[in-house]
Amino acid sequence: MKKILGITTLLFVVCVLTSLASDSFLSAYNLENLVRRTALFGIISIGVAFVIVTGGIDLSIGSVVCLVGCGLPWLLTTQGWSVPAALLAVTALSLSIGLFHGLLITKLKLPPFVVTLCGLLLYRGIARGFTRDQTVGFGSDFKGLRTLATGEIPLPFLGGFSLPAPWIFLLVVAVLAAVFLNRTIYGRYLLALGRNEEAARYSGINTDRMVILAYVISSGLAGLGGILFVLDVNSAQPVDFGNFYELYAIAAAVLGGCSLRGGEGTIVGVIVGAALMQVLRNMITLVTTHNNIEFAIIGAVILAGVIADELVKRYAIRRRAARALAAEG
Amino acid sequence: MTPPLLQALRLTKSFPGVRALKGVSLTLHPGEVLSVIGENGAGKSTLMKILAGVQTPDSGEIRLDGQPIELRSVHDAQKYGIALIHQELNLADNLEVAANIFLGREHLRWGLIDTQRLYREAETFLTAVGLEVHPATRVSELSLGQQQLVEIAKALSVQARVLIMDEPTSSLSSSEAATLFRVIRDLRSRGVSLVYISHRLGEVKELSDRVTVLRDGENAGDLERAEIHHAAMVRLMVGRDLSQFYAHEPHPPGAPVLQVRDLRTPANPRHPVSFEVRAGEIVGMAGLIGAGRTEVLEALFGVTPAVSGSIRLGGTDVRPESPEDAIAAGMALVPEDRKHQGVILEMAVRTNLSLASLRQDQQHGFLNRTREASLSEEMIRSLRIKTPSENQPVQFLSGGNQQKVVLGKWLALRPKVLLLDEPTRGIDVGAKHEIYRLMEELSRAGVAILFVSSELEEILGLSDRVLVLHEGRLTGELARADLSEEAVLHLATDTLPPDPVPASPAP
Ligand SMILES: Nc1ncnc2c1ncn2[C@@H]1O[C@H](COP(=O)(O)OP(=O)(O)OP(=O)(O)O)[C@@H](O)[C@H]1O
Ligand SMILES: [Mg+2]
Repeated sequence: MKKILGITTLLFVVCVLTSLASDSFLSAYNLENLVRRTALFGIISIGVAFVIVTGGIDLSIGSVVCLVGCGLPWLLTTQGWSVPAALLAVTALSLSIGLFHGLLITKLKLPPFVVTLCGLLLYRGIARGFTRDQTVGFGSDFKGLRTLATGEIPLPFLGGFSLPAPWIFLLVVAVLAAVFLNRTIYGRYLLALGRNEEAARYSGINTDRMVILAYVISSGLAGLGGILFVLDVNSAQPVDFGNFYELYAIAAAVLGGCSLRGGEGTIVGVIVGAALMQVLRNMITLVTTHNNIEFAIIGAVILAGVIADELVKRYAIRRRAARALAAEG
Repeated sequence: MTPPLLQALRLTKSFPGVRALKGVSLTLHPGEVLSVIGENGAGKSTLMKILAGVQTPDSGEIRLDGQPIELRSVHDAQKYGIALIHQELNLADNLEVAANIFLGREHLRWGLIDTQRLYREAETFLTAVGLEVHPATRVSELSLGQQQLVEIAKALSVQARVLIMDEPTSSLSSSEAATLFRVIRDLRSRGVSLVYISHRLGEVKELSDRVTVLRDGENAGDLERAEIHHAAMVRLMVGRDLSQFYAHEPHPPGAPVLQVRDLRTPANPRHPVSFEVRAGEIVGMAGLIGAGRTEVLEALFGVTPAVSGSIRLGGTDVRPESPEDAIAAGMALVPEDRKHQGVILEMAVRTNLSLASLRQDQQHGFLNRTREASLSEEMIRSLRIKTPSENQPVQFLSGGNQQKVVLGKWLALRPKVLLLDEPTRGIDVGAKHEIYRLMEELSRAGVAILFVSSELEEILGLSDRVLVLHEGRLTGELARADLSEEAVLHLATDTLPPDPVPASPAP
């Protein structure tokens, strides 16, 4: 809870600072765009949070976004598939990628880092292969389908402000994820095995199955993200579509309170983390003249956040001890 | 009179929600063995950690040779010649034995580690503790008991004036413990002072020159050599009398519940074991460390599935390929290695207690939080787990209380067959009696109990029947009427006719 409070404050501060530094930050166009991007990144960040909770990592997310993001328009336009068939195909593809990762990690005991790093190279390569490295897009067709990402739901009482459609997906995903993680026995299993896999297995938990599930969720949500991303921007360039998205997602999850040591994490925190990442990127484009320092700034902010978190934690422990002493003595 | 070698005066130490030490004093004379005893959570380990510079006291004073000293780090303590063997193993198990012994103090030659010299010197310390492994063996390949001996060798290598041992025998068998006692006596005769912590009062009586008793973070009293008797120690620790031995009352067992036929474990595939446990029967499994007892339990529980053989549970064949299968069949296992297999240290007491029975208590996949809360409350009460709240992470409980959490987790499952691997490891006398009483109660209720223990007293006191293993082979089975220390030891150390089992060709 404290963690979420901390990062929400940070988000607020960055927003205020940016709005002071740039007039365009609070423009309706910019805000709407920001909110939309947050939803898209929120979805893939929740996915990777599941893997991080098990103590693993998924580096392939950006490439899965690319594969699905290129695959969908390619199937629909070049191959002439029907909409349901194409959607079904890319969804099934992303889920089976997760299954593939999970099986390699649990049954062959390969390290998650290596498996998903190879995935990162592999899937983008495949996407560049079947598209012959050419941009694929919807052109001016599929308007109806594209409203899934570009549509807006007008909010009553909020003076013309409307909710971007991806938020519907995010909210559904977030609620399901939060309930799963906190209210079901399987969520508890994930948290437990993330801390101590051996003890979890001795407790009768089928740890392999749970780990596989986490990777399926991660790739599945990366796939959903890929669909929405490409519907949102209308076309995808296989060389750089979804590039570095895994890092944005991992950073959001970590900022939002997931420990890379496993066994810890909240969904709300991850969404706030995703929002913070987007505001930071937005700030850099609005305030500075050169985009090339984007990564430096993002890296510095994340590092500062993690350090602050650790310091606060230590301080709290010392305070608690002092209070216990005072209370008794 | 010469001043005491080491003196702690009115030490206090608090943790969040707990006052572990409320002004404890301790005096250690040169060349003596001082035992520190007390119930789980009395503050023994905390006191020792302070003396070894692992933790700093909130207030109080420490004197060495009459001079006040400050211990801010383990390094400080080592400089003064104080070494501590922790209650929980602290080895880098990916490294070799020799590397562990000299970790941070490696001999160098031209800036590189002088491996040959390291091995040579490690060898002498290993011999001293009676551990016959090559110094180049990886620690992960050793059994828990052997790892404990490596810890002791490591402490010996520091050339300490004060050597503190926090429950060194909790994972040793009686013969290994005997070796350790020889080492301790030898050190004492060379002028080293030892602080010895144990819940095995027999050992304490055998070894100590003096005993200091702690209760609830305070001094409960000291005993001089002549006053060290079981009853006196217990009275100071618990504040009331407890009988020395647990007298199990046998009652007629029911039908066989667990029937094991020709079970071959991956560790000892050449020696099939067969036995059965009846409903309401308590069967003890004795043997030296490395006798293959844990392997049998782990095969039954599906942790490392058996190579061949049959397991029948209540008349139906089962083939547990995982703990999940074994639990579904009605088994529970209290594992040997608490820290790695028993608890999830960072998680709350409540979460740990409910972990194994979540599935049983689920509501269509959802957590049953009411049940979880009542269960943990019930276990904390009935097992007298000492914790400030059910939300306390298990890592902050004392060792014995952690063990109670593991027990509670498995009792919550209400198994038909209860397997226990060293169930009272690190548990104080009072709690031990409670656990024995619990086992007794469960057996009365018809649960079949199979337990492994390295404490002979426990085996003799509790068992209706005893199985003895030696180097993977079942060397004998003793009925309660034939039970005696000699009979068990005889079978455990094996002075028997050659292998009665036709050995299958070695791989
Ligand atoms: N790091 C810590 N944080 C919070 N509480 C702690 C910590 N270390 C110890 N305690 C608490 O301090 C008390 C004393 O613990 P300690 O480990 O010294 O007991 P002990 O006498 O060694 O018990 P045992 O025989 O079970 O090993 C216990 O109540 C324990 O829960
Ligand atoms: Mg202790």
